[in-house]
Amino acid sequence: MTLGSVPPKFKVSIDRDECMDCGRCIENCSYGVYRREGDRILVESRKCTACLRCVAMCPRDAITLTEKPIDYRSHPLWTREVREDIINQARSGKIILSGMGNARDLPVIYDRLLLDACQVTNPSIDPLREPMELRTYIGKKPSKLKFKKTESGDVELETKLAPNLKLDTPIMIGHMSFGAISLNSHLSMARAVKETGTFMGTGEGGLHKALYPYQDRMIVQVASGRFGVNIDYLERGAAIEIKIGQGAKPGIGGHLPGEKVNEEVSRTRMIPLGSDAISPAPHHDIYSIEDLVQLIRSLKEATEWKKPVFVKIAAVHNVAPIAAGIARSSADAVVIDGFRGGTGAAPKVFRDHVGIPIEVAIASVDQKLREQGVRNEISIIASGGIRSSADLAKSIALGADAVYIGTAALVAMGCRVCGNCYRNLCPWGIATQEPHLMDRLDPERGAFQVANLIKGWTLELSELMGAAGINSIESLRGNRDRLRGYMLDEGMLKILDVLQAGA
Amino acid sequence: MCGIIGFIDRTKSRMDGSSIKAALSLMNERGSGDGAGYAAYGIYPEYADYYALHVFFDNLGEPKRKVDELLEQWGEIVHQEEIPTTPQPGIKKVHIPWRYFFKPSEDLMAGRMDSENDVVTYVVMEVNANVKGATIFSSGKNMGVFKASGWPEDVANFYRIESYKGYIWLAHNRYPTNSPGWWGGAHPFNLLNWSVVHNGEITSYGTNQRYVEGYGYKCTLFTDTEVVAYLFDLLGRQHELSHEMIVKALAPPFWDDIDRMPAKEAELNKAVRLTYGSALMNGPFAIVVGTENGIVGFTDRIKLRPLVVGENGNRLYISSEEAAIRVLDPEVKNIYTPRAGEPIVGRFIE
Repeated sequence: MTLGSVPPKFKVSIDRDECMDCGRCIENCSYGVYRREGDRILVESRKCTACLRCVAMCPRDAITLTEKPIDYRSHPLWTREVREDIINQARSGKIILSGMGNARDLPVIYDRLLLDACQVTNPSIDPLREPMELRTYIGKKPSKLKFKKTESGDVELETKLAPNLKLDTPIMIGHMSFGAISLNSHLSMARAVKETGTFMGTGEGGLHKALYPYQDRMIVQVASGRFGVNIDYLERGAAIEIKIGQGAKPGIGGHLPGEKVNEEVSRTRMIPLGSDAISPAPHHDIYSIEDLVQLIRSLKEATEWKKPVFVKIAAVHNVAPIAAGIARSSADAVVIDGFRGGTGAAPKVFRDHVGIPIEVAIASVDQKLREQGVRNEISIIASGGIRSSADLAKSIALGADAVYIGTAALVAMGCRVCGNCYRNLCPWGIATQEPHLMDRLDPERGAFQVANLIKGWTLELSELMGAAGINSIESLRGNRDRLRGYMLDEGMLKILDVLQAGA
Repeated sequence: MCGIIGFIDRTKSRMDGSSIKAALSLMNERGSGDGAGYAAYGIYPEYADYYALHVFFDNLGEPKRKVDELLEQWGEIVHQEEIPTTPQPGIKKVHIPWRYFFKPSEDLMAGRMDSENDVVTYVVMEVNANVKGATIFSSGKNMGVFKASGWPEDVANFYRIESYKGYIWLAHNRYPTNSPGWWGGAHPFNLLNWSVVHNGEITSYGTNQRYVEGYGYKCTLFTDTEVVAYLFDLLGRQHELSHEMIVKALAPPFWDDIDRMPAKEAELNKAVRLTYGSALMNGPFAIVVGTENGIVGFTDRIKLRPLVVGENGNRLYISSEEAAIRVLDPEVKNIYTPRAGEPIVGRFIE
């Protein structure tokens, strides 16, 4: 033990005057911070993850939590994080694991983009009094239409439309697998998307029986491990998504720790009980764009060309040409996951250093698809760090058709972004398979909260569009004229194709 | 604000510009003296087979040499002259209006179906984007646009509008907020035989611009209206949609209405919205478009700008104000206001 311990990240203290000794903190903390010795509640701050479960449940607001009670000697290069990573690796010789999205303090482009509103020369539109259309269709669209005249002189449509998903609002919930998160989380989200007329992803975890009633709202995922995939699964989904990569960990596979693989998870994923579920980095049948094209066609063939097929890729440097390649296949939508995208577990070095921001990726993909005349061939779904209706509106103005949210939906169910999802101890009952923890999330309540979030953002998006004098979402899509950059450099403005504020 | 007029005689019987001038001037309340313009179809019967290119030159030196060169490279200049003007105290002549009658060489443009029009479109885009001091503001056959900064009557007198006889007239009285003072910013906007007069502001401009630019059009005139001309050219000429279908794409019915339609009609309308979502025009507008087959008037989907229609025999009038129509034709019958997004189409009788 020559290295000794690193300083605790958090300091938990109980105001003994306020505390009524009810013990709820002990009951609620799954990380084991609290214990009772005699008539006293003792605190072991080192175990704290700042999940805030105890704070939320304490009836007396007696608990205080301080971040970094002891810090290292400050240094601009050798930060606390850098030093701790080195100490931990010197101890273990292993890859450092992390949860949730990129935690580095990098500028957020969304925060430096500003939206427009009408004054005088064009009236704003009041969504309370005028129609406001957010309906979004995800899937292939023809680039032009052909009509024919019938004998009676009527005009008839000759072009056949490909199947599209109809969304009442351009917000979907992205793929978080059953296994990574609990069944109650899935049930909450499934009920919420059904209520709000949108869709959610299953992730690479199969589709649990309890979700069958919501299957027409589920996008089933085919990832490199192929967990849970069979023809029944494909046929149940409203759409199928092939996952190539993920923003939190581009270029590598997935890992569900064996602790989370209980009987239900094992059955749904079709893997042995208690075994680690490790998805390979590439799909072992996809080593080129042609191979992807074949897989898309096979899935379509298997489901009789009735379902849209999405392809999800991480936003990497070359994302635009990759998306253009996907647009030339039979794929109906490309999901781009930015470098801030969340995850249950990822090597920290990937989470924090690989990939590019989603804002830039949307802009360059939309531009490339238009240059190549294939924008209508494919829908763009943006994901990875969408936090609010403003991020949503800006994503669409940059060129996305819709967004996937992930972390935001979890936060709506109680998640406090403590980032320990891979430990199966989630005290909010979300990222866990422990029955006593999972029971803490009531699916009815969870559904209410997630639906509320989607409704709230939808209302805000309507207001933002109305203020900009726009009454249908098509007219916001790719409308970069209604964005201005603030504190962004010239190179960035050029890539985003957005003018500087004031111009 | 802005005031607009559209006129067609369906039998192609031509009318001189005097009453159009009077009607447009009646709507001076809607303008600010910063821009007015006229488009007339049927005015060059002696050159009907050639493209009439109207150009603003800042001077007749370098800019004109470049345009001459480009035109000679892509075809033959059949005739050219300065557009006759009469000095007006209210108009500062900042450009020299010029016209060419041009015959493009069809065999120069590779692999296209409609090569004459493609050559002319290319020349227009090239000059407007890359030749400093020259703007081609009109490029149709047997038609022409006349526009400048000033009040409608001054602009009309400047170009001697009364001396032209046309079977379609469009006119526009401008209250600019975007690019005042620049002659190129006045309406009508034109490409090939498509001319547009527009009252309003297009809030979807960025989307529409990205859409047409994907098809090679370049928006260079610093105002939202030019995109309407390109949308009509793209949907009408390249995609061969009817005028009614173009209006359906640009100002489509609401989803709630589509959901209530019979299945086949709903499917058609859904297809139009899915395919042409990026062409949908949002924001307040009333527009009249002149084409080689007639005129089309329509407003935005919730009619945030006025549009009135009048008819008298073979003549159809569209305007921002009923009073303007009554100046054009005191005997006008059947005056009505169309519904939001409803296409008003006037076609020639075959």
